[in-house]
Amino acid sequence: MVTNITNLGRSGLSDWLIQRVSAVILALYTLFIVLYLLFNPGLDYATWSGLFAQTWMRIFTLLALISIAAHAWVGLWTVTTDYLKSTGVRVGAQIVIILAIFVFLVWGIQVLWGA
Amino acid sequence: MSNMRSLTFDAIIIGGGGSGLRAALELAKSGKKTAVLSKVFPTRSHTVSAQGGITCAIASADPNDDWRWHMYDTVKGGDYITDQDAAEYMCSEGPKAVFELEHMGLPFSRFDNGRIYQRPFGGQSKNFGEGGQAARTCAAADRTGHALLHTLYQNNLKNNTTFLNEWFAVDLVKNANGDVVGCIAMDIETGEVVHVKSKATVLATGGAGRIYASTTNALINTGDGIGMALRAGFPMQDMEMWQFHPTGIYGAGVLVTEGCRGEGGYLINKDGERFMERYAPNAKDLAGRDVVARSMVMEILEGRGCGENGDHVYLKLDHLGEEVLNKRLPGISELSKIFAHADPVKAPIPVVPTCHYMMGGVPTNVHGQAIMQDAKGKDQIINGLFACGEAACVSVHGANRLGGNSLLDLVVFGRAAGIFIESALNEGIDYLDASESDVDTAMKRITRWNESTGGESVADLKAELQGIMQNSFGVFRQEDNMQKGVGQLAELRERIANAHLADKSGAFNTARVEALELDNLMEVAEATAIAALDRKESRGAHSRYDYPDRDDVNWLKHSMYFPAEKKVGKRDVNFKPKTVDTFEPKVRTY
Amino acid sequence: MSMLQVAIYRYNPETDSAPYMQEYQVDTQGRDLMVLNVLEMLKAQDTTLAYRRSCREGVCGSDGMNMNGKNGLACITSLSEVVKGGKLTLRPLPGLPVIRDLVVDMALFYQQYERIQPYLQNDEPAPAIERLQSPEERDKLDGLYECILCACCSTACPSFWWNPDKFVGPAGLLQAYRFLADSRDTATRERLADLEDPFSVFRCRGIMNCVAVCPKGLNPTRAIGKIREMLLADAT
Repeated sequence: MVTNITNLGRSGLSDWLIQRVSAVILALYTLFIVLYLLFNPGLDYATWSGLFAQTWMRIFTLLALISIAAHAWVGLWTVTTDYLKSTGVRVGAQIVIILAIFVFLVWGIQVLWGA
Repeated sequence: MSNMRSLTFDAIIIGGGGSGLRAALELAKSGKKTAVLSKVFPTRSHTVSAQGGITCAIASADPNDDWRWHMYDTVKGGDYITDQDAAEYMCSEGPKAVFELEHMGLPFSRFDNGRIYQRPFGGQSKNFGEGGQAARTCAAADRTGHALLHTLYQNNLKNNTTFLNEWFAVDLVKNANGDVVGCIAMDIETGEVVHVKSKATVLATGGAGRIYASTTNALINTGDGIGMALRAGFPMQDMEMWQFHPTGIYGAGVLVTEGCRGEGGYLINKDGERFMERYAPNAKDLAGRDVVARSMVMEILEGRGCGENGDHVYLKLDHLGEEVLNKRLPGISELSKIFAHADPVKAPIPVVPTCHYMMGGVPTNVHGQAIMQDAKGKDQIINGLFACGEAACVSVHGANRLGGNSLLDLVVFGRAAGIFIESALNEGIDYLDASESDVDTAMKRITRWNESTGGESVADLKAELQGIMQNSFGVFRQEDNMQKGVGQLAELRERIANAHLADKSGAFNTARVEALELDNLMEVAEATAIAALDRKESRGAHSRYDYPDRDDVNWLKHSMYFPAEKKVGKRDVNFKPKTVDTFEPKVRTY
Repeated sequence: MSMLQVAIYRYNPETDSAPYMQEYQVDTQGRDLMVLNVLEMLKAQDTTLAYRRSCREGVCGSDGMNMNGKNGLACITSLSEVVKGGKLTLRPLPGLPVIRDLVVDMALFYQQYERIQPYLQNDEPAPAIERLQSPEERDKLDGLYECILCACCSTACPSFWWNPDKFVGPAGLLQAYRFLADSRDTATRERLADLEDPFSVFRCRGIMNCVAVCPKGLNPTRAIGKIREMLLADAT
């Protein structure tokens, strides 16, 4: 057993599962948005804003945001452990990545529920 | 050489094939400080090439099978110079050793009832030759040796055996009393030469098929243990007895298992005739290997060989069907396609008798203790020296080994040596240390190569040696040709003594390894040649045109080759098994 | 005369500051030799050339090397299948330290093999005869136990190049599954627990180089998939 403390699920299996579940959520969300845009050709601000005013859409979008955050973290963590062999550089990169993901997540929530 | 590093073990096992690993496993389990010293990573040893199986009366194919029937077959197969106490030990202990392997995880093929699959092999019978063909060879498809070697290596890992992998044993170290107290060895990766001290030194170095130009043996089979023992002055037993396997792939020398014939394949000549029906009306293609090999050569000599030059015969398998070939002989199908460009599903495999196995070797008792003779010709134990596997001559194979008996020999006598050494160590072994001059003596040979400044190349001399052996000591032998061969070898020995090692570097210098191996090939070839010239009869694998008959009056004996005088003596065959009646010599027919 | 151009990676740690490619010419006389035969012909000319070999029939796994860019066994790779444009380039297996010429240090590879506890574990007392196993149960080991530890697969695997100390690699995982799949082995739980971290198994990205190069035609990627299935079944 290779031990590590910086991955998300603390086990390869949960990381692997998170990656697959989040990918499915993101695929569904992408499909929904694409279809929505196709079926609403003359989309205006009011309609678009109305869509995101509904609670189910906010929850669905939040789920997609969390999925992006988790997916990105697992993926980028893997990339850093593959390619960045110096511990200092790797930990530095991981901190930057996690901060960026955190910022985007909080910002996304603010956009969704903000004024 | 006082600045040389030394390592100390209770037991050092030279060779990481089946017998060495089995002996090591026994000792590692007992907690003795044991090391396996092998010139290749253990799973690269030649045991890995064994295909057909391990013959043993485990009563799976036939619930009434009896180890005594197996013993009878073994004694008869060996043309009655098999030591009957040793054959008795191997055949009766065999089932225990095979079940142990299964418990260790060896992936045997299975019958529907879940027991180990057994197939018919050559020379096998029920009821002391009266009950027809037996199926006694336990198999893991046609990769039994691979499965066995990997299983043994894995279990040595489990038991924390120390491995000196890619180390080459150069020579034995003897103390002032003539006891063996270790060896000189070279770490191939660095070239460092080390004095390995040990209370028990086990030669498990396998065979030496590379003395012949055409052999089924791996390139590493250069008789290193035999060479070391001969240089240390110890005698060899039955060195004239070399088995030529009937089915080596024509041209490549690669083995195809006797299991092919066990599964129903048979040999045909250029007329498509199943010629073994003429030579062995009962056992046909499953007669002893010596019988089949001779019959093939007769067919070829009488103009019924196959191919453009009429110099081989065919092994026909296509009638078995694709399913049987894929299930039971997958490795053979692969090898045949690669080396003979023949898919056995559709076409027969071109085969020719090919040097396969050394029945002779270091004479030992059933405990693996090496034996020499005193001035009166009485057996005398060599302190500190043991041998097992193909390097040893216990002798369970006599003048001709039965198929599937080599793997059994490895595990039974590897195990026996381990058990004996463990108890000997427990009782306490105390030999005199080697002096500096004793160590220098053992260093002579490698020093000679390292200081060589000119001379002939190793590769050329090796090719010449293999040619001499192939031409003068093949399936059929005769006086004048062998005389010539012995003369050529004597001359070759002088040239090898002056040969040149051009590359003196340390790191992974395979040129040095090949030079050291050449000395060993020379020792084995000369012992073989002189012993073959001396045995004036035909018995088992040793067939002479000039003495075509077996001579039990004069030659129901082991030959003993003494290196110092280059003379051959005789040693009594054991006819006193402990629990069964002696099998008296009979005319050997199949 | 049918001359073959051979370029071989040369490095002797005692004399060379850096590795280099050496060019040779070999007269094959038009025969379709195996690559190992060519090496033996060269070795007779130039004894300093170092490579491993033993069985010369593809069962011992000694002579794994990189031939014209693809890993394989020199003894069962014929010139007709590997030579392109009359040229043969031989390099050591990639990703492992070179000891000399075509000889690599396989310690990391063996460590990963040992890590998966490659031996049968069964804590029940052994019967007086063999443990029974049905032919169907035994069939599950086919395609697994035949591995010859030549390292062609693991040294063709980018995931193993990046993390040879943490990712078990295709060869080791094939053996891990060989014991997980054995009806006689009782250590399934412990074996799985040892493999569930993010590196040991999960660094496999399904690149399938291992499958492409295995000289025995084995499929480590499928075995890795089976291990993942077992982990998932065990944990959910």
